[in-house]
Amino acid sequence: MEKKKNAAGGSPLARVFKSQEGIAFAATIILFVFFIVASKSFRRYTTIVTLCNYMYYILLMAIGVTFPLITAGVDLSLGTGVVCYSIIGSFIINQMGMPVGVGMLVTILMGVLFGVINGVIIATLELPPFITTLCTMMIVRGLGSILTGGLSGVWPMEGSKGGWCRNILKVKANGKIIPIGIIWMIIILVIMSVILRKTKVGRYIIALGSNKEALRLSGVNVVKWTIVAYSICGLFTGLAAIAYACTFSNITPGTGAGLELDAIGGAIIGGTSMTGGVGSIAGTFLGVLIISLLKTGLPYVGLQANWQQIITGIVLIAAVTIDVLQHRKKTT
Amino acid sequence: MGEIILTMKDIDKTFPGVHALDHVSLDVKKGEVLALMGENGAGKSTLMKVLTGIYKKDSGTITYEGREIEFKNPHEAQEAGIVIVHQELNMIGHLTVAQNIFIGREPLNGGLIDDAKMNRDAKKLFEKLKIEIDPTEKMNLLTVGKQQMCEIAKAISRNAKLIIFDEPSAALTDAEIEQLFTIIRDLREQQLGIIYISHRMDEIKKITDRVTVMRDGCNVGTLITKDCTKDDIINMMIGHVIYAAPKTESHVKPGTPVVLKVEHINAGRMVRDVSFELHKGEILGFSGLMGAGRTETARAIFGADARESGDIYINGEKVKITRPEEAVSAGLSYLSEDRKQFGLALKKSIVENSTLTCLPKFCRRQFIDKKKEKEVTQKYVDMLQLKTPGVDQLVINLSGGNQQKVVIGKWLIGDADILIFDEPTRGIDVGAKEEIYELMNRLADEGKSIIMISSELAEILRMSDRIIVMCEGKITGELDIAEATQAKIMNLATMRN
Repeated sequence: MEKKKNAAGGSPLARVFKSQEGIAFAATIILFVFFIVASKSFRRYTTIVTLCNYMYYILLMAIGVTFPLITAGVDLSLGTGVVCYSIIGSFIINQMGMPVGVGMLVTILMGVLFGVINGVIIATLELPPFITTLCTMMIVRGLGSILTGGLSGVWPMEGSKGGWCRNILKVKANGKIIPIGIIWMIIILVIMSVILRKTKVGRYIIALGSNKEALRLSGVNVVKWTIVAYSICGLFTGLAAIAYACTFSNITPGTGAGLELDAIGGAIIGGTSMTGGVGSIAGTFLGVLIISLLKTGLPYVGLQANWQQIITGIVLIAAVTIDVLQHRKKTT
Repeated sequence: MGEIILTMKDIDKTFPGVHALDHVSLDVKKGEVLALMGENGAGKSTLMKVLTGIYKKDSGTITYEGREIEFKNPHEAQEAGIVIVHQELNMIGHLTVAQNIFIGREPLNGGLIDDAKMNRDAKKLFEKLKIEIDPTEKMNLLTVGKQQMCEIAKAISRNAKLIIFDEPSAALTDAEIEQLFTIIRDLREQQLGIIYISHRMDEIKKITDRVTVMRDGCNVGTLITKDCTKDDIINMMIGHVIYAAPKTESHVKPGTPVVLKVEHINAGRMVRDVSFELHKGEILGFSGLMGAGRTETARAIFGADARESGDIYINGEKVKITRPEEAVSAGLSYLSEDRKQFGLALKKSIVENSTLTCLPKFCRRQFIDKKKEKEVTQKYVDMLQLKTPGVDQLVINLSGGNQQKVVIGKWLIGDADILIFDEPTRGIDVGAKEEIYELMNRLADEGKSIIMISSELAEILRMSDRIIVMCEGKITGELDIAEATQAKIMNLATMRN
């Protein structure tokens, strides 16, 4: 990787900082330093716990959506999907009296199911991904509410039967909360990075976004790989639903719209191109870290929800501008 | 030269309204380079598309390696060893050279792609072909020439037995062309069959063994390259058909003022130092082969594409045109070769299309005056003899000829004085063509000045007062209609420098 960058000119360090991942990395450091300097209360251990709570499900969604994004598509059904699938999980556990493990499995399967549905519609009917997933977004939003009759969903609390699900992402030791979810995240990041960089799955998904016709003429089944991209996204939406359910006590049906924008925004800030063919898991991680830092950090310096939205919007525009400018430079 | 690898016999193909291939036959031997030549629209590409399964033939037989075959798609043809190296490249820009060459058949090592092996194999392949390309380089960082080399390498690595080069040299530098020829000679040594489509006479003489010439969907004949001259080939390409009523002399009197003067404009590879003048009431024909840079020149003048340098004068005054809006207000108009994509809003009515360039004229206090809009449009519909039940008709329901009239009407309503017609009769039937010609003559008589870009020699010779011929982004010659002949134009159009 480094050698390749060298061949294209410039020192390795300069090349890294010209890439969007490099810029995102620098921005993360700057943000961290800024919050640490600006707010005394930010410099506390609990900040990390809060940050992690928020990051888990956004990161999982963002890793998933990186795949459709690289194919030059998108998945908007993530946000309402996360809420819907975790409510379905809660229905399985509470109303149907199944073990938590079964609830988790169904939650993941629901995600995969809708991922496959998205993929099949987009690949075989060739509908625009934006429209297709906008529709599935509405469908899953309604679905969760119908199933529970509009009631909120709850996954077992700590101490009760099946409460172990609360200890997947954090455990209490000596009165301190340890966010062990970080370990899961590192494992997942490594696996997905390898899949994107070193397997046919990743190779063909990148090629799909770069030049679909060329890939088709090379004898590769483009329908199949488009479906795979959206299925991966669905799988990760399911995983994000579990992280969401295990983090929050109450899941309100019909909510969740907007969460996908944090995930998509994270991927884009991390250098995934909306025009397809470009993206990395490391970049997506950094992008999500930036968005999460803004969400958790800004209240410490006195900026509340509305300001967070404004600043996140500005950061996104900056990230997309860099992407567009780079794209333009290459094509002329 | 060895045995025959491919025989196409009596291939016939009709599209609605066009007899694209009229019982064409052709054969290629192992270890030979066969040139396939012909004017634009002679049927070369259609023939190759029939061969590789993009089009289905109506009748005829294709025999490949002793067996009769009919491919369903290009992929099947590829599997059998027939590969086209396209003029437009099919490369995946974000992947590396090696990743592109082995796409769809990556070597695996424990489930993961073995990039190291791919790079080694690609390197070996390049060494064999004597090409110097780094297999780990990203494809979109290579020059077009090198990308083409990669495409060829990819074809060879797939055990191609018959390679078709579709105008491969159009985007290459001289040094790259030499390299390409070295590779082609090597492939010939290895007993591959090669079909080489090109317009460049010097290349044909240099690299091919035989020349098959096509004209109007027919095979006109096959010559042994070393026994024929450039003129022999040109004569076969244009034939001896006398076209209807070519213009014999210019209708522009000496001393007529210049309305448009273009000086030394440059825009990319396709527009290089182009200068010319257009007189009032003149029809100036722009001739040349496909990809000569005529459309690009028009777009550069119109401000649709960025110019690197050069000046434009209208009625003697220097004008600044960097965007189409500025061109329109200077009185220029551009009627695109692709009406459906760039000229019309197909699902809108004639009225809505017609007033698009000058809507403010029809507005009263920000509101559109629908009545006035209709009246004016009706006037032009009558004048252009546009056949439609009414001005509210959607453009998509009109015939090609009538659609073209809507485009013309749109610019006339906008008071354009200089009209650039890019392939004005493409996709229009014969009767409507006559009407468009008549209309253009009438407009010129009324003092409008016209630039007509056309790939049809007959059209150029019939309509133009003066002809400018382009080749590879440069003007290679200018002919007064009185001295112009098909042979002279073809000579200029194939003049490489």
